[in-house]
Amino acid sequence: MRSVQALAIAVLSVLAISDVSLAGEPKSGGIFRIYHRDSPGSASIHEGSTYSINIPFMPVFNNLVIFDQHIAQNSTETIRPELAESWAWNGDNKTLTFKLRRDVKWHDGKPFTSADVKCTFDMLMGKSPQKFRQNPRKSWYDEVDDVTANGDYEASFNLKRPQPALLSLLASGYTPIYPCHLSPAEMRTKPVGTGPFKFVEFKANESIKLVKNPDYFKKGLPYLDGIEFTIITNRSTAILGFVSGKFDMTFPTEVSIPLLKDVKSQAPNAVCVVEPNNVSTNIIINSSGPPFDNIDIRRALALALDRKAFIQIMFEGQGDIGGTMEPAPSGLWAMPKDMMESIPGYGPDIEKNREEARKLMQKAGYGPDKHLQIKVSTRNIAVYRDPAIILIDQIKSIYIDAELDVVDTAQWFPKIARKDYSLGLNLTGNAVDEPDQSFYENYACGSERNYTNYCNKDIEKLFDQQSEETDVSKRKKMVWEIDKKLQEDVARPIIFHARTGTCWQPYVKNVTIMSNSSYNGYRYEDVWLDK
Amino acid sequence: MFAYIVRRLFLMLVTLFGISVIIFVLLRIVPGNIVDILFDAAGFVDPADKANLERELGLNQPIVIQYLHWIGGLLRGDLGYSYVSEKPALQEILPRIPITARLAGLALLFSASIGIPLGVISAVHQGSKLDYALRVVSLSGLSLPSFWLGLLILMASVSLFGTMPIFNPNPKTWLEAITIYAVPAMAVGFRSAALTMRITRSSMLEILRQDYIRTARAKGASEASVNYRHALKNAVLPVITVIGIEAAFLIGGLIVTETVFNIPGIARFLVEALRWRDYPIVQNIVMLIAVVVVTVNFVVDMLYAAIDPRIRFGD
Repeated sequence: MRSVQALAIAVLSVLAISDVSLAGEPKSGGIFRIYHRDSPGSASIHEGSTYSINIPFMPVFNNLVIFDQHIAQNSTETIRPELAESWAWNGDNKTLTFKLRRDVKWHDGKPFTSADVKCTFDMLMGKSPQKFRQNPRKSWYDEVDDVTANGDYEASFNLKRPQPALLSLLASGYTPIYPCHLSPAEMRTKPVGTGPFKFVEFKANESIKLVKNPDYFKKGLPYLDGIEFTIITNRSTAILGFVSGKFDMTFPTEVSIPLLKDVKSQAPNAVCVVEPNNVSTNIIINSSGPPFDNIDIRRALALALDRKAFIQIMFEGQGDIGGTMEPAPSGLWAMPKDMMESIPGYGPDIEKNREEARKLMQKAGYGPDKHLQIKVSTRNIAVYRDPAIILIDQIKSIYIDAELDVVDTAQWFPKIARKDYSLGLNLTGNAVDEPDQSFYENYACGSERNYTNYCNKDIEKLFDQQSEETDVSKRKKMVWEIDKKLQEDVARPIIFHARTGTCWQPYVKNVTIMSNSSYNGYRYEDVWLDK
Repeated sequence: MFAYIVRRLFLMLVTLFGISVIIFVLLRIVPGNIVDILFDAAGFVDPADKANLERELGLNQPIVIQYLHWIGGLLRGDLGYSYVSEKPALQEILPRIPITARLAGLALLFSASIGIPLGVISAVHQGSKLDYALRVVSLSGLSLPSFWLGLLILMASVSLFGTMPIFNPNPKTWLEAITIYAVPAMAVGFRSAALTMRITRSSMLEILRQDYIRTARAKGASEASVNYRHALKNAVLPVITVIGIEAAFLIGGLIVTETVFNIPGIARFLVEALRWRDYPIVQNIVMLIAVVVVTVNFVVDMLYAAIDPRIRFGD
């Protein structure tokens, strides 16, 4: 009797499982309709520095390796082969060799070989006669000596020193392989890739259209017939478009927390997720002249911040406090909470911090009768302006009277580069949750994006040490120490890390929003529509 | 008359030359250019790369040379290349013109077909409840910004019908084809209709007090004949002038309406191009608008001269 019962249970279980798998069976066909927040400057991912380019054009390309598109947290453990079949570090960790797939063709029918890998990275490293108009991530490959093609289907990256982070940089959505036989100018206007979707057209301020690549090397993929991005710059119109069903998905990570409430109330069936996006809101301080050449005033500023208030006002509590690296749990390199709270200004007792700040201001010659008059400069975009206003309000408590100086986007970076500001409110996005990218880009002496010109040779040595370290747990501890030191030096006080929302219609399947980067999760090769 | 036309034509050319210089210089006075914008967000800028791009786009040349290059090209029918899309400017601008023209035409039609009859009704029933109600409507038309009205229409449309009339290049039904232009035209034309209504009303009130209207009534003409045949015919002249001026001002309203309804017309494209400092696009579109306005003015001057000989002799 028992055996009959067991058999019945087993049969029912198998039936139940097969039923579930049938319900979840991907369906082919359909056009995936997404609105796009603005018109990207070009179609060339390598020449862009905004995810406005990554999102529509990542489906056209492949990388050597890519972060798993269905694991939200990018890490070295989630890196998967793509154009490479496999990879291996050599004994001294100075050569990274990729074995390449032999069944890959460019969308124009030409075969993909190691020559394409070499010429992509030669262009990125500035070694090729063909030049990009702009090459914003050239510094990612500073430690790469050269890339060699070993026959048609193997390529090696020869490094000047070990740099385990290189693999993560290669897995970013920012690192597609370009075809050797096309010029950068052609790639800006009519990109040709090996990816799941072929480029059809890009009408500036209107739309971007991609169509299924029937010869994609991953058999059976993609499921969709195409992807259409409608460019809608007005956020209200875009959200209404999604609510009315004109779009299958919102522009990823572009729905603010208050707007998310509107979407959920008007489209209760929509699937919405809120994820951190590895973008920090921070203060840039011009310490090259008075008053912020005085370390006491810089420290007072850091002590005056009430980070929780920023998060409460702007994100209804849905934001994170952290240092340079994205906070836990989504951030891989976040320092432990107790360590963070030991940094001046990060402690929970805001009034005590501000009392200390006021003492520092008095030491610098300011007080209730003599306030420091400054301007807080920021870009004329809401996500910049809003926290700048809160900042102005908060620093009033330490005898600083600030006026908001709103700067046109076209003038923002030239103004910062000219050091024509005393205090600025800035946003810093990280393409990869990786200390090498963040530290060298924002804090290394002479780096173009080190807007404050913070330069500490001792810390720079630590940057190199952590970069070479292959033991992850050891490297983590080094990263924490560096991050703590950067905050104590008031190099670029981090106020908060934002979280943003993405919504899609319930029939859209297999979309995953990354939780520690906004740049890497848009291949869309196995997204399907259950219609 | 011939000398008058020649004089006007010469004046038109001088005006266009002046406008071209102003557009060109103003654009370059505005801080930042495309190279700044492209490189600023990027970081890790190699100054040599930046200089190369400036050289490639001709932005390193003296402003006079840049101007002559543009005007020379314009006279040959070569509008240059968009800095952003790297496509010929003509190819970018041309397909957008009919979209905006259609929208502007419909807005003006809406403005005239609503504004004039309501203005007449309001004047004829001066002081009545209907007059007050229509004046409130016209005041609200003047007070409501078109972007706000546009958003309101979109929200109502989603809420009531579960769809919204934003632009679709391939409408599936004839109703959709009409709606995608008619609804935004109403949003942008509402203000213009309100103005037309007020002008028509005041003009009609003035005419209705004239002696010849009393004479027409004394002769036994019906109210409809007095109002529409005798009064409106004369009252409509200032209204036409206002509609003409409104047509020139419409471009401002179209910028926001095209943005709200996501219409890929020339007005929205101009703003985007300005954001990118895409000089070839901006200067050619502004020049195109200037040519249209100057030509319309020329035609109006010719019509005035044809209608009223005092104008051409007195000029």
